[in-house]
Amino acid sequence: MVAKTGYAPELIKELEDMARQLRIDVVEMTHCRGQGHPGGSLSPAEIMSVLFFHHLQLDPKRPQWENRDRFILSKGHACAILYAALARRGFLPFAELETWGCIGSRLQGHPDRQKTPGVEMTTGCLGHGINIGAGLCLAAKLKGLDHYTYVLLGDGELQAGVLWEGAMLAAKYKLSRLIAIVDCNGVQLDGTTEEIMPMEPLKSKWQSFGWAVLEINGHSVPEVLAALDKARANGNKPKVIIAHTVKGKGVSFMEGKAAWHGRGINDEEYRQAMEELKQNV
Amino acid sequence: MFKLDNTRQIFGQALAEYGAENKKVVVLTADVSSSVMTTFFAQKNPERFFNVGIAEAGMIDTAVGLALSGMVPFASTFAALLLRAAEQVRTCVAYANTNVKIVGSFAGLSDAKDGATHHSIMDLAVFRAMPHMTVIVPSDSIEARKMIPLIAEHEGPVYIRISRAEMPIIFDESHKVAIGRGITVRDGSDVTIIANGHLLSRALEAADQLGSKGIKARVVNMPTVKPLDMPLLRKCARETGAVVTAEEHSIIGGLGSAVAESISGEIPVPVKRVGVADKFTESSKDLDPLLDKYGMAVADIARAAQEAMKLK
Repeated sequence: MVAKTGYAPELIKELEDMARQLRIDVVEMTHCRGQGHPGGSLSPAEIMSVLFFHHLQLDPKRPQWENRDRFILSKGHACAILYAALARRGFLPFAELETWGCIGSRLQGHPDRQKTPGVEMTTGCLGHGINIGAGLCLAAKLKGLDHYTYVLLGDGELQAGVLWEGAMLAAKYKLSRLIAIVDCNGVQLDGTTEEIMPMEPLKSKWQSFGWAVLEINGHSVPEVLAALDKARANGNKPKVIIAHTVKGKGVSFMEGKAAWHGRGINDEEYRQAMEELKQNV
Repeated sequence: MFKLDNTRQIFGQALAEYGAENKKVVVLTADVSSSVMTTFFAQKNPERFFNVGIAEAGMIDTAVGLALSGMVPFASTFAALLLRAAEQVRTCVAYANTNVKIVGSFAGLSDAKDGATHHSIMDLAVFRAMPHMTVIVPSDSIEARKMIPLIAEHEGPVYIRISRAEMPIIFDESHKVAIGRGITVRDGSDVTIIANGHLLSRALEAADQLGSKGIKARVVNMPTVKPLDMPLLRKCARETGAVVTAEEHSIIGGLGSAVAESISGEIPVPVKRVGVADKFTESSKDLDPLLDKYGMAVADIARAAQEAMKLK
């Protein structure tokens, strides 16, 4: 486990509050739209909070700044939390979140790089992120840029074989500025990952593919902060952070339930979810 | 008879030379560099060459990442194996509209000896159906070579076919090439034969045979399957009233389909399609007898022209 030291309590509080806020946004958006993927959007809230409100080098005024850090939401179905983070980070007007999934909206059911400022790559079909991230890192090396590339993966997504083609490639070319984060919530569309297609032992799998592995509690802001900082340190291997999370985290009736992979939130569920999420704000 | 030359070698050398000038060009290959001859690029520009191993789908996504940062990737492998990457091409290249150039080498039946596993008769159907995609089938080595700077400097996804076989030399250095433009190679007023790739030389031979029967067949070279040269196509349909297409591909989904789809709604003249008739092929020592056996003989084109004329 990564040590929980060295970060100001104010910073930790601020990022924890933002994670709660992003969860509220996800529930608001999924209720408003009546469709979406709330389970896997709630599980990476601390990761998204730390990335977008502390760690990533981004400039909303210059979304195409050449040396920005790149973030690829490989688990594109979790786009509600990406859109919420982009809006709160100043890439989009906050009011636009209401348009998510409507005809004419810039916010598609899965992310579209051509429509949404701050979305680096169109995703939604699983398994693409590592190869795309590797390509971004190869380009950065050729251009002499020193940015990092982050790829947020689902654990079910690791079942896609093409992803391991990218894992081999990243190790071959020593892409040390490629940082993958697995939102390891243990549940996929049809059931638990253990039932559907067991992927353990994950840590040694990644290690045997030539990656440096960190394993954390993905709901602990200090652990996420420390892991991301450590992953930025030098070395000649790509890095992966296996972040253990809970699907639907923060809403009791969604937690750990495959049924909440992809469905909207009705009025009664919304009322209960908001009550729970607002308790701690 | 036409002289032959080695298209894949000429394409490989030309890509290496163009890449030495245009430093944005990178080349990816899936363990077939000595076959598709990206070895020339690798020797000349080693820092911009990536051999990804037998990982065609991953290769396309990696090319996408390179394109997102402003490089111009050419991802090259056997055309038949690119179908493994169909979803990557659909989502990350076509839909995301990334500037990736996909080179389908050993295209059509040109890897004759290796059999149906290595014959690519549906690549055009698959990639042509994708919005944003430009689809090119050069008809000789000069055209293939001249396409390189055009596709590299075209902003957007491109699929280009390259033959493994030695191809007849049709054009000379004065040949003008443009994406989306066909040219009339032989004039005629009775019927138009629209061809590309290996079938262009056969279309010209068929026109000779038809000429000896008093039939004036026009022959059009149509290297860009998408977007089609609609002004030229309309002109040919109007002026000759019958069309034949000839290609090294299934009659489903390739040049023939593109032509028939396009003119049926505008100038509905009879269209006969020459190609592989919805079947899998087989091994052959050489390409020419294989093309003959699977419906792409010179006589097949000539017969199709006469049939199309009868339907006028």
